[in-house]
Amino acid sequence: MVLDDVRAESIKQIRRPAHWLLLGVGVVLTLTFAYVIPYLGYTGQSEGPGGGRGLESMLPAELVGNTIAGTPVFVGALALIFGVLVAGSEYGWETWKTVLTQGSSRLGVFAAKVLVVGLGSLVLVAALLVTGALAGLGVAFMEGQPVVWPSVGELVVGAGGGWLITTMWAMLGVFLAVAFRGIALPIGLGLVWLLAVQNLLAAVAAPLLDWVAESQKVLPGPNAGSLVAALGAPQGTPGVSALVGAGQAAAVVGAYLVVFAVAGAWLLRRRDVL
Amino acid sequence: MSDPVETTALTKRYGDLVAVDQLDLTVRHGEVYGFLGPNGAGKTTTLRMLLGLIRPTSGDVRLLGHASGAGRRLAGVGALIEGPGFYPYLSGRDNLRVLARHAGVGRGRVAEVLDIVDLAERAGDRYSTYSLGMKQRLGLAAAMLKDPGLLILDEPTNGLDPAGMADIRAVVRGLADEGRTVLLSSHLLGEVQQICDRVGMISRGRLVAELSVAELRASGLLVVADPIDDARARVAALVGEDRVRVDGHVLRLDVEAGLAATINAELVHSGLSVRELRPAEADLEQTFLELTGGGSRGTR
Repeated sequence: MVLDDVRAESIKQIRRPAHWLLLGVGVVLTLTFAYVIPYLGYTGQSEGPGGGRGLESMLPAELVGNTIAGTPVFVGALALIFGVLVAGSEYGWETWKTVLTQGSSRLGVFAAKVLVVGLGSLVLVAALLVTGALAGLGVAFMEGQPVVWPSVGELVVGAGGGWLITTMWAMLGVFLAVAFRGIALPIGLGLVWLLAVQNLLAAVAAPLLDWVAESQKVLPGPNAGSLVAALGAPQGTPGVSALVGAGQAAAVVGAYLVVFAVAGAWLLRRRDVL
Repeated sequence: MSDPVETTALTKRYGDLVAVDQLDLTVRHGEVYGFLGPNGAGKTTTLRMLLGLIRPTSGDVRLLGHASGAGRRLAGVGALIEGPGFYPYLSGRDNLRVLARHAGVGRGRVAEVLDIVDLAERAGDRYSTYSLGMKQRLGLAAAMLKDPGLLILDEPTNGLDPAGMADIRAVVRGLADEGRTVLLSSHLLGEVQQICDRVGMISRGRLVAELSVAELRASGLLVVADPIDDARARVAALVGEDRVRVDGHVLRLDVEAGLAATINAELVHSGLSVRELRPAEADLEQTFLELTGGGSRGTR
């Protein structure tokens, strides 16, 4: 029965244009901020106050760090929206009742959503890596640099780290959608946390208050930033900072993923479907 | 063999508000049961509790013999609750395919139910382009996916124009004629009268009356005879003074329809001219208002 739910959920999400738009935005933003703008800065075609990144960060050897650097912030924001849409639209369209009266259990449908969100996040990270690979290849050819790819192990670990972070943000979206039974408020609150509050805590509160600085080590954003930093993301990228080690960062991000999923399932099972 | 729908002391409270109060409801095999009540009487809350969408505060629900919480208890049940809910970016057909997956039924059934509700021609169009009537028919099609023995329909004609209402009622009656049990909620008396076999009236969360549609309709006899005063005296002598009321040039008799022949014979033998003698149709609206107290409130 859960397999039927997974298939049904896959059809729903694959056919949804909004998800492909999010994927496209993610690819364009990564391409823009990880390759196009740094390359323009490097070649001097665009004037700016800073020195910009070196050529090395754009070459295929730095593919992993360069492409998953956005997952703690803007790619994470897109993943959060994805998660909200997957779960929250069922409230907006009043489709929970339609689905559940077909005989599926709440937990079965929720498990299918979790699985599809995980697969969707994997597709997003894979698309970013492919985009980064093509862009890096282009930079190498244009600059006459040798093409050196990361090892398979580095690729797998990098993709795994990026997937873990992306799925964690998407699962936060799922949880918020179930908690607020909709779309607008969960997206709004999620993005405020992800794009504003986290930065305010890190840049304004943490330097002033020790306990805020300490709390950074257990919050999802800083741990996501630490994980991508350990995987080679360029320092200076928004949200990327090596506050804790890779092991702890992966464990904390994984724990948040599980907590969001379990809390969402618990809420959905417990509350009335109105 | 247990009845398709059985509730025992079913109750739902929201804080101090009692939305459904100690409801004992039984729907028998093969009947179309009208669940009648004003807006806010507790109809939708009851139906949602039957389907497990809302948790009862207390009481029991059995559907097709399965208690609430039993796995696959909705296997033989189809439902349309408070209007259709579908994915707007998918076609009608793809919406049903998704739901067929959830229900664990084959894709072939999708074409069958589209034919049943006469929606096959527009099945490839996006749901968002459908009229309200088409959306309701798609909702019925979704309810039919599992070829259910029990259909639970919550105000399936709500918001439709008269033609759309007639379409939906014809489909529902057709499904019932195939031997399915139908539990249909409505606040439209005429609808219940047209489709249903038996009616339960709910008011403020309580079942206040349960009767057949024939009983609901039957309301004595109407007699038009000349002279009216003599006719009133003769009939009153026969059935009792308190059962006769003069309404203009019409006698309204609160008696069983089976007494018509006796009354006719009495009047004719008395030399009175009987111009009309027929069963009186009940004032359904009045009956409904009397039984339900006529009030509506905020709960669904």
